[in-house]
Amino acid sequence: MTDETPLVKIRGIKLEGRSDETWNPIINGVDLTLARGEVLGLIGESGAGKSTLGLAAMGYTRDGVRISDGTVEFDGIDLLTASAATKRDLLGKRIAYVAQSAAASFNPAHKLMDQHVEGPVQHGVNDRGSSEEDGIELYRKLRLPNPDEIGFRYPHQVSGGQLQRAMTAMAMSCRPDLIIFDEPTTALDVTTQIEVLASIRDIVEQYNTAAIYITHDLAVVAQMADRIKVLLKGDEVETADTRTMLSAPTQEYTKSLWAVRSFERPKKPGVSTGAVPVVSVQNVDAAYGKVPVLFDVSFDMHSGRTVAVVGESGSGKSTTARCITGLLPPTAGQIMLDGEVLPADYRKRSKDQLRQVQMIYQMADTALNPRMSIGQIIARPVQFYLGLTGAAKRKRVDALLEQIELEPSEYYNRLPSELSGGQKQRIGIARALAAEPKFIICDEVTSALDQLVAEGILRLLARLQDDLSLSYMFITHDLATVRAIADEVVVMKDGRVIEQGDKEEMFRPPHHAYTDLLLSSVPEMDPDWLTNLLTERGVDNIGDAAVDKM
Amino acid sequence: MGNVLTIILQRLALGALTLLIVSIVIFVAVNLLPGDFAQNILGQGATPEAVASIRKDLGLDQPPVTRYFDWLGGVLRGDLGSSFAQANFASFTGTDSGAKTVADQIAPRFANTMFLAMVTAIIAVPLSITLGVLAALYRNSVFDRAANITTLSSISSPEFFLAYILILFLAVLNPILPSLSNIYDGMAFSERLQKSLLPALTLTLVVTAHMMRMTRAAIINLLASPYIEMARLKGLSPMRVIVKHALPNALAPIINVIALNLAYLITGVVVVEVVFVYPGIGQLFVDSVKIRDIPVVQACCLIFAAAYILLNLTADIMSILSNPRLRHPK
Amino acid sequence: MILWIIAALVGMGALAWGFRFAGQAATGNAPKFRDMPYGVAYGYVLGAVVLLWLIWAYMQGRSSDPAIANKFFFLRIAIEGFIIFAIAAWLFRLLGCAVGTAWSRKMFRSMPLTASFGILTILIYAILAIFAPAFAPYGQEQIIPGVAANIVPGGDVALGGNPEFPLGTDQIGRDIMSRLIYGAQNTVGIAFATTLLAFLLGGTFGFLAATLGGWLDQILSRLVDVLMAIPSLIFALLLMTIASVWAPQLGIPLTVFMVVIIAVIDSTRVFRLARAVGQNIVVMDYIEAAKLRGEGLGYLVFKEILPNATAPLLAEFGLRFCFVFLTIAALSFLGVGIQPPLADWGTMVRDLGGFVNYAQFAPLAATAPLLAAGAIALLTVAVNFVVDWMLHKSSGLKE
Repeated sequence: MTDETPLVKIRGIKLEGRSDETWNPIINGVDLTLARGEVLGLIGESGAGKSTLGLAAMGYTRDGVRISDGTVEFDGIDLLTASAATKRDLLGKRIAYVAQSAAASFNPAHKLMDQHVEGPVQHGVNDRGSSEEDGIELYRKLRLPNPDEIGFRYPHQVSGGQLQRAMTAMAMSCRPDLIIFDEPTTALDVTTQIEVLASIRDIVEQYNTAAIYITHDLAVVAQMADRIKVLLKGDEVETADTRTMLSAPTQEYTKSLWAVRSFERPKKPGVSTGAVPVVSVQNVDAAYGKVPVLFDVSFDMHSGRTVAVVGESGSGKSTTARCITGLLPPTAGQIMLDGEVLPADYRKRSKDQLRQVQMIYQMADTALNPRMSIGQIIARPVQFYLGLTGAAKRKRVDALLEQIELEPSEYYNRLPSELSGGQKQRIGIARALAAEPKFIICDEVTSALDQLVAEGILRLLARLQDDLSLSYMFITHDLATVRAIADEVVVMKDGRVIEQGDKEEMFRPPHHAYTDLLLSSVPEMDPDWLTNLLTERGVDNIGDAAVDKM
Repeated sequence: MGNVLTIILQRLALGALTLLIVSIVIFVAVNLLPGDFAQNILGQGATPEAVASIRKDLGLDQPPVTRYFDWLGGVLRGDLGSSFAQANFASFTGTDSGAKTVADQIAPRFANTMFLAMVTAIIAVPLSITLGVLAALYRNSVFDRAANITTLSSISSPEFFLAYILILFLAVLNPILPSLSNIYDGMAFSERLQKSLLPALTLTLVVTAHMMRMTRAAIINLLASPYIEMARLKGLSPMRVIVKHALPNALAPIINVIALNLAYLITGVVVVEVVFVYPGIGQLFVDSVKIRDIPVVQACCLIFAAAYILLNLTADIMSILSNPRLRHPK
Repeated sequence: MILWIIAALVGMGALAWGFRFAGQAATGNAPKFRDMPYGVAYGYVLGAVVLLWLIWAYMQGRSSDPAIANKFFFLRIAIEGFIIFAIAAWLFRLLGCAVGTAWSRKMFRSMPLTASFGILTILIYAILAIFAPAFAPYGQEQIIPGVAANIVPGGDVALGGNPEFPLGTDQIGRDIMSRLIYGAQNTVGIAFATTLLAFLLGGTFGFLAATLGGWLDQILSRLVDVLMAIPSLIFALLLMTIASVWAPQLGIPLTVFMVVIIAVIDSTRVFRLARAVGQNIVVMDYIEAAKLRGEGLGYLVFKEILPNATAPLLAEFGLRFCFVFLTIAALSFLGVGIQPPLADWGTMVRDLGGFVNYAQFAPLAATAPLLAAGAIALLTVAVNFVVDWMLHKSSGLKE
């Protein structure tokens, strides 16, 4: 590989997307150069245009997107002026793509292997027999279980993490020079993510394939990339070698991204013995219809403190919240508020009991009525619970808006659709505060937000807690968030509490085996983290038997 | 496979149950008629003896539940009862031998209607699916926009408007096809086809528009799925993307579209048959409605409903069968 | 004949190849022509041929030889009509862009021509329906004294027409032109009332089922399933048969029965939609938030659910109206719908249908039934265009 021409050379590319009959810029003139065998990490928040740029590197645009300026060269071939036939010959054979959602990107009507061999056979790289053998070999290298037969299953018969690896294998089938990875692990749980990351990294190294790795997760990109390019709203912020970028970012924006992970609240004194918990979950069992989902769940939440409930999807975190709010009456056990038993069904609770327990939702989009103005949304609980009307109501709403750091006169009459994601989430907080509750359930409140915005929300919640001595139940799957805000941690898996205790205690070994797996699977900013972890766990240990759900 | 079989059996049972309930609804509706059928038929001047005789003839002296089961049992045996118009005639003349049963009346007309529906389907199905796929492939092109306006107009027009337009252009101004479809037994196939062509074309216009729009929507929906993008990014030829990746998944929606529209034909056939005086079941139905020949109305209604349910059921089962998730369970 | 068609198709095939080749040569192999599939080139040629034929046919329609002109009369009218409508719609949109509030101006600017045509047509119908007595020269039930019955439409004296009655008179001597105008009032008005009733029924029960769920939802949904298993026109005909016996006995006009019957049958479709829309809204977190706040059913339905359901419901109202309108027209056409002496378009088509056969020598006479049928078609087309645009807009312009 002494060839001087770079594999990919993008110069001054501009991309535009159509909405409402007008073309708006997505990428405004970005350069990108990729050498053979190099892995470039492309990071940015949602809306930064990273996926669009990744696809443009293949000479491809989605419907409603166009390239308005610039050049894209692959190995000296101009992809933008090349004929359709020339491009078809490159795609799949020399440039491959791994999509975010493997489950949606595999054709449900064909077996994995049929889709795997399609590329080599159609491009005339290999015949069917030998590409099948090669496929099995790749499956084995990617550490898929039963590599000899898994290819003969249909996509829906294989789990998400395995599909993502099968798709990487499919991308490798023609031994391309370049693979575009478009957020390949975003849809996966942390414990599954590790396996996919490790196998992608191995195979890319082994065949010396160049790659563009697109993600919003800094820690992930630190493990995968040789070089990192940071995008912000269609512009390049900076590009540098991974280690340089992590240790010494030059731009303010990059520095602020790095700083997000450093937010941590000071440790609070422990709960005085004998204090009555604000909310206490006692031996709760619950079921959806006949399917039991919670088993003997118990924990307490005290005034002015935050309990983080952690677990992967399907662990029963949100179900526990539904039991506390009374939407799903438990089949056994009880919920106590201030030492009194709450009626199981929310319809049987008094107005005051309802007022004490408030909720903030994950998706601010669906949590606010799109037809009501911000003022109306916040005013409703003020009027409903506190009976304020007229000027008094307005005054209270303004105070609440100030509390969440939004200018009342500017936002009072706006509709939710005119707000950004972070602002919407703040309105959700204000609505909960308007009831003047003692206890707020925060259900994954930051997971749909970009990191900087999320940090703002966490800081706001922390300040409100100190001011109003609120008690939070913080549901999350993100351990960085737990580290930032929690006082106590409850780890859940398959509807059971696995471990619970003080945050300090929880982050210090020894742990329960599952907690350990969960904690160690969270990527860290250290570029050597994955390598070290794999050595520590031993390669065999990473296999599927332990965690991968079918 | 067992899984799929259970689901299909469930659907079949549900279909049968629906049909049973529909038969009850029809029967009850008919029995909501005020006064006495017999009196109604014969008019106020009829002698009590004549009324009594008709009542006995039609089994009207029985309680409703007995009558329902008699009727239902008859239907299952293929006996749809005897037409009021005929019964009336029979009791007046005193000769019972010449009376035609409802089944006798319906059978040939049912065959005619099936023939018409078949001709329509043979023209409309391939045409609309081709056009629908083309519109989806070249969406937002001039062709797609023109097709959109044309189909929307054709859907919006009443069937008789389309029928008269076709008569105007194809029968009156350019005498290519006959505007009356007087079909009788023993007619040569080619002549029969020629006479049915104009009503069939009318129905084709309506059904094609529906089918094409639905096909287009289904295909566009499909083409937007990530696995089609994946297939394109694998550098496959457009032909292969369509045939190998889109079509196997498009089968279910397209079958659904066809079945739904054949079901729609059932309604459309009534008006079209009347315009062209086509001797089908729709025309019989309308005539019977006008002279209030209840047994015939009842029977026609049941046949229409049965056909409708059957087609919807077929669509349902076909889409279950073509779903790989159900065909290859975990 | 068939041979000619085949020859023409093959000829066009050659033309298409030539067109693509010429395009490639002329533009120096620009991507547009280089990557053009053969089928697309063929499509362009086919489109051009159809366009040329239409121009030729239009010229024929203006021919001085009456035999030829008559033959192409309707095509000519259709083409002229199409162009006039397009221009009117365009002017209407210009007007909309110029006057009105900022909101309505913005709406008009992004509006396709079809939708502005639709809105314009609906407006004209509304005006016609409301002020029918002012427009119509005679009353709808007025038997004009001293004028013969059965005057042939078209005003051609030689055929038994009368220029004073351009559309002729019916079998008892009523002016068909006036009846056509009154038809707007009756047919549209009755269809509108029926749709409103269907929405009241279906919407109320649909939202109740979605909000309350449980057994009420189960019962209503199963009931609707059964009712929907009978094709609606067939069911309507069956019920109309029964109603036609009841109507004289109860002394209630059959038309009232028809309104109720169609409204009930149609409300099943509205129920389905309202329930589906309602269910989509009910699972939203803001509904959960309101429930947990302790809000009552009334607040939930009127403040939280309904305001978010207006867009799909409005579109559905348009579609339902078309459907009801067509069903009523079909029933009337079959003779069991709107009853005389009320003037109605469906009935008129049936009564005047025979005049279509005059088309060859007296095109104007043949227009009478087509006018009535076309009046129905035009309104439904217009409503559908508007609904199509609304649906397209609310789907976020994905395509």
